[in-house]
Amino acid sequence: MPNEDFEKKVYDALIVGSGAGGGMAAYVLATAGLKVLLLEAGRSYDPVKETPMFNLPKDAPLRGGSTPEKPFGFYDATVDGGWQVPGEPYTQASNKPNQKFDWWRARMLGGRTNHWGRISLRMGEYDFKPYSRDGLGFDWPISYAELAPYYDKTEMLIGVYGTNEGLENTPDSSDGVLLPPPKPRAYELLAKKACDELGIPVIPSHLAILSERLDHENIPQKLFPNNKLAQDVTRESMKSRAACFWATPCGRGCSIKANFQSTTVLLPPALATGNLDIVTDAMVREVTVDKKGNANGVIYIDKNTRQEKFAGARAVVVAASAAETSRILLNSKSTLFPDGLANGSGVVGKYLMDTVGAGVGGQIPALENMPAHNEDGASAMHMYMPWWLYKEQLRGDLDFARGYHIEFGGGRSMPGAGAFGGMGNFTEGAYGKDLKEACRRYYGSFVWFDGRGEMIPNEDSYCEIDKDQVDQWGIPVLKFHWKWSDQELNQAAHMHKTFAEIIEGMGGNVTSTVQTDGAKAIINGGAIIHEVGTARMGSNPKDSVLNPYCQSWEVPNLFLTDGAPFVSNADKNPTLTIMALAWRTCDYIVDQFKRRNI
Amino acid sequence: MSEEKTNLGRRNALRLIATTAAAVPVIGCSEKVAEKVVVKEDKPAVKPAVKNLDAPKQTLARGTPTDPDLLNPVVPWEMQLDATELAVLAALCDVIIPADEISPSASSVGAHHYINEYVSAPYSNNKADLVTIRGGVVWLDSESRRRFEGSFVELNNSQKTAICEDIKWTRTAKPEFQAGARFFAKVRVLASTAFYTTEEGMADIGYVGNRPMASFAGPPPEVLKRLGLDS
Repeated sequence: MPNEDFEKKVYDALIVGSGAGGGMAAYVLATAGLKVLLLEAGRSYDPVKETPMFNLPKDAPLRGGSTPEKPFGFYDATVDGGWQVPGEPYTQASNKPNQKFDWWRARMLGGRTNHWGRISLRMGEYDFKPYSRDGLGFDWPISYAELAPYYDKTEMLIGVYGTNEGLENTPDSSDGVLLPPPKPRAYELLAKKACDELGIPVIPSHLAILSERLDHENIPQKLFPNNKLAQDVTRESMKSRAACFWATPCGRGCSIKANFQSTTVLLPPALATGNLDIVTDAMVREVTVDKKGNANGVIYIDKNTRQEKFAGARAVVVAASAAETSRILLNSKSTLFPDGLANGSGVVGKYLMDTVGAGVGGQIPALENMPAHNEDGASAMHMYMPWWLYKEQLRGDLDFARGYHIEFGGGRSMPGAGAFGGMGNFTEGAYGKDLKEACRRYYGSFVWFDGRGEMIPNEDSYCEIDKDQVDQWGIPVLKFHWKWSDQELNQAAHMHKTFAEIIEGMGGNVTSTVQTDGAKAIINGGAIIHEVGTARMGSNPKDSVLNPYCQSWEVPNLFLTDGAPFVSNADKNPTLTIMALAWRTCDYIVDQFKRRNI
Repeated sequence: MSEEKTNLGRRNALRLIATTAAAVPVIGCSEKVAEKVVVKEDKPAVKPAVKNLDAPKQTLARGTPTDPDLLNPVVPWEMQLDATELAVLAALCDVIIPADEISPSASSVGAHHYINEYVSAPYSNNKADLVTIRGGVVWLDSESRRRFEGSFVELNNSQKTAICEDIKWTRTAKPEFQAGARFFAKVRVLASTAFYTTEEGMADIGYVGNRPMASFAGPPPEVLKRLGLDS
């Protein structure tokens, strides 16, 4: 339909956003036979053609280092994104330390899935019912068991390596779902040895990277037993994906489609159905409603003409990223919905969460002067540490209620911007022959540990419309309010203490400052880019925006499939859960269409 | 911690902590290699293509700072240092990273040109470093004339070393050499990044990755043995 004008078509569903939540919605709805229109605020993007796979740092400006325009470095896949997007400001209610929220956005097809860390951890049984367990925060209206089949399906579709270890609140996948993990690197094994002594489990990490090719003969049939169209497009898509060749960083994207990106895994098969149209450079301003209060489309700004346009559909799915989704809802004011769409509860924008982050680095003498060997591997970690102190926490032995997992790295990675920049201080001023010898000796002997912990939702962390400012598209912007509680600060201090113990257990020396004050250890809100919440699901329309199927209580043909519906933010990185939830929600949407409820 | 005041994101700053860790995930080699190993795939029955029905041609600007052409990188800003300054920096880079039996000197792989690129960048940290570097070059040349009656580039190795010994570390430098030591530290950081991101520098330290492989072998037996992990 290349020349057909989409404005004249009648769509069943309109999706806002093309990342993990929007991409999954497009895939599930289009393969189910619905006519789907997807609007993306950024430009079109093709990882197969655009990814700088083996390109060297020396060929990039500043050796590929971070700049305000490319915060994760020149070769990072992110287009027109970062904690600041030109022409699209947001504001802070406070400029005090630890009271700011840094809002990451990516304006491109596939959104953040192009550069994300690929860490794919399931939330566990406790994580869905945290209030019931310790009296803090809120329970989800669904249980782990209800989402488990969708975790299986999502993992089979995107390809996740890892193992089943049977650990507490660290769910196993069904048999045959996970791909085999790569072998651990030397420093990962050394960390494991130290952690064994400390009682910290170190197990293969779960990453959305193909350690081997997907079984395209059998998986499509398992995912869609009675849907030939879905099977066919999924099979062709899986056949086009190569296995990882253990080189090049996933953050640049992957031209051989060995890792998960919405743009390589979800959108191509969705487009292949013939049921999906995509319009890029379309910045959605608001969801529109008819006289009965049902959603009937969206108003967006065409970035190329800078003009407002309307696109209609029988159902609207918003997956613009949690805060952006709430911004759209809050800007969707009408006589029927004067406080913003689907906001009768007043909860839209509330309970914004990120992940607690804190890190410590160290140097390990045992790793000095190692024989040269290749540690590139899957570019990210092969091993990680799931939270291990559930029982101690429940007993009240710790001064924080929720857990964190540990991500770590080091080793013989490729030198880039900043390489050996700390050697001057480390060697107390070496230069000349001494400096060269020091670099040879110490290369590969440095490690870092990062905690990724659960934040408990609170009343002081939220976003609202800033009445005094609009962006370059004329759309009112968000103002962020942010506050950590002692739960998070104490957790961050515990991270620092633990990481120092691990480094010392490896016979190493800590090279960064170990903070006993959590407020000094914790990284800014938003910096971990696990923005979730602001339109939570629940079992009561009075205190939640969505029902247990991520359907608006008030607007029955409006659904959210990004991180906005999250009720809590377990330490498990949210992307896998966003996709599993989106799939479940879209199965429900298809069912509602079949029942003619929409 | 690194002294380099790059505009690192917080998450990357952690990885910068010490000497080797790259600020951003990095890797290199050539695209030809990538093409060679791509698994031959069956011809897809359907050819997915992302459509932009409303705007058939991309009209938004490309090649902007937030959306550069990643496959054809260019440094979009003008260089600020002149030939005389570059000559002094080249000489200093070679005192910091001299040629030896394993690898060439920093200036022979263009470290001084990287310093120029870095301090000429339009970001606030880089602009501040431009002042540090230019002022440092003036001071170094003046100090050379005071002590040895010649420009730094004209000094012999022992004369150059005599000055560098006084400025090699800010924590031990005398008060009158503090500014010189800050300059020296900045040049050391930039020369190190410049040198160790070249093929010659990576070979020197034994970086052997960025090549496609059929499987990931894990550490070789000798490494496991030395770490006591071979049992």
